[in-house]
Amino acid sequence: MKMNKRKGFGISIYIVFVLLPIYWLLIMSFKTNQEILGALTLWPQNFTLANYAVIFTDPSWYNGYINSMIYVSMNVVITLLVALPAAYAFSRYKFVGDKHLFFWLLSNRMAPPAVFLLPFFQLYSSIGLFDTHIAVALAHCLFNVPLAVWILEGFISGVPREYDEMAYIDGYSFPKFFIKIFIPMIRSGIGVTAFFAFMFSWVELLLARTLTSVEAQPIGAIMTRTVGASGIDWGVLAAAGVLTIVPGLLVIWFVRNHVATGFALGRV
Amino acid sequence: MNKIPDNRAWWLVLPVFILVAFSALIPLMTVVNYSVQDIFGPNSAYFVGTDWFREVLQNENLQASLGRQFVFSAAVLLIEIPLGIGVALMMPTSGRRGSLCLILLAIPLLIPWNVVGTIWQIFGRGDIGLFGWALNEIGINYNYTGNTGDAWATVLLMDVWHWTPLVALLCYSGLRAIPEAFYQAAEIDRASRWAIFRYIQLPRLKSVLVIAVLLRFMDSFMIYTEPFVLTGGGPGSSTTFLSQTLTTMAIGQFDIGRAAAFSLVYFLIVLLVSWLFFTAITHLDKEK
Repeated sequence: MKMNKRKGFGISIYIVFVLLPIYWLLIMSFKTNQEILGALTLWPQNFTLANYAVIFTDPSWYNGYINSMIYVSMNVVITLLVALPAAYAFSRYKFVGDKHLFFWLLSNRMAPPAVFLLPFFQLYSSIGLFDTHIAVALAHCLFNVPLAVWILEGFISGVPREYDEMAYIDGYSFPKFFIKIFIPMIRSGIGVTAFFAFMFSWVELLLARTLTSVEAQPIGAIMTRTVGASGIDWGVLAAAGVLTIVPGLLVIWFVRNHVATGFALGRV
Repeated sequence: MNKIPDNRAWWLVLPVFILVAFSALIPLMTVVNYSVQDIFGPNSAYFVGTDWFREVLQNENLQASLGRQFVFSAAVLLIEIPLGIGVALMMPTSGRRGSLCLILLAIPLLIPWNVVGTIWQIFGRGDIGLFGWALNEIGINYNYTGNTGDAWATVLLMDVWHWTPLVALLCYSGLRAIPEAFYQAAEIDRASRWAIFRYIQLPRLKSVLVIAVLLRFMDSFMIYTEPFVLTGGGPGSSTTFLSQTLTTMAIGQFDIGRAAAFSLVYFLIVLLVSWLFFTAITHLDKEK
């Protein structure tokens, strides 16, 4: 019992450490700039929603969120569509070059995005995809697809092959078996994979910023606008920051029951 | 599981192959192509062989950046791995408090990296940030934009804040997979808390720790956005890490040949160190 109390104390301290910077951002977004730059206050004295109003009334602000959501969703869909069959193949079959291919895929997760900046910029410009959502979605596949194949392979290997064989005996064709029986069986794995793909695409900025200019500009790039000639507009910057945390919170809420198994990436 | 030999499986892998070839192989070939040429304009480039590579390897600026990068990644691993294991051991094992803990811990992972930088930029400032203000109030002279030590401490603290939850959540899910019977057996043997950790929990955590170490190494080695927003690489170039040096070279100075050679060296280092980690850990496994 004494042990548990000490544990509870330790974890509480850690959670305070995690939440304190976020708390500071949150209350800052409800302050006026005068109050922010004035004396330090732990709670907004003149509670204001003006900072949020700036963002929600200006299309060039809120379009940033929409752009980010669009390319992230595209990326999650593309990632799952290509990674599912591949993960199944890696889990179930032996084929020429399978191990090499698997390691080559994973090696792409180790490629620093900075390495690919310039070639990506030129590649997407030359095929007319520069400043489109699909360009960012495809670029993010560089690190999301290898990770997705790897996570899904773990989950699929946890499903005994007898299920596959039984479906064939029952006369299911492969596509029908895959869609009707197999995908529902590994749906928690798919949820977890989608969560990770969302996460890594949502937080990335370097590639997203380089591949866009106006039409598909992510919110992260738009946030730099708060730095003006008269200094930084801290209130709006804080509000914009708070709003980038919301989608992540919604997503984690949806997968909360699978987080514990999910973070083992299907491999425990 | 024994796998069935069947080359038709290539059809299932083909979409991934095409996609990754498009988004990795073509750009990589472009980089290789640049790295052996000196490019003045669209139509004037000439072959220079390995000159860029030789120059990059001797460039003091890059060596300094590489040194800082290794120190940073080592510090990140040394702090985050033990801390992450500790946090995972302290987490409530089940129920509502358990899932609340999970969600709260996962929040930093879901914040865009530039916003992570912004959060700490604000939090650490002496005038408007709680952290910087509190340190100055208790008499510590703290200024992350002017003092190299403070800048390093802040960048490290930010990374610990940002990524320790990943290690903790990985370990937590590893701990959940240990059957209750193991603990009961330990209780009958009157095993100490340390013995339980050393002989039951740690061995079962090995597979997730491999993932945690590899992910943390790779991502800390490629870090760009957070320190760029927080310190801009300063003061001076004291917190300029490899990705930032590379980006400045490629986009800022448009020094394509040198940047391409540097890129390849950079990528090879990540691959090599990851491979070393992986073989070292799996080797340890076999010896036992």
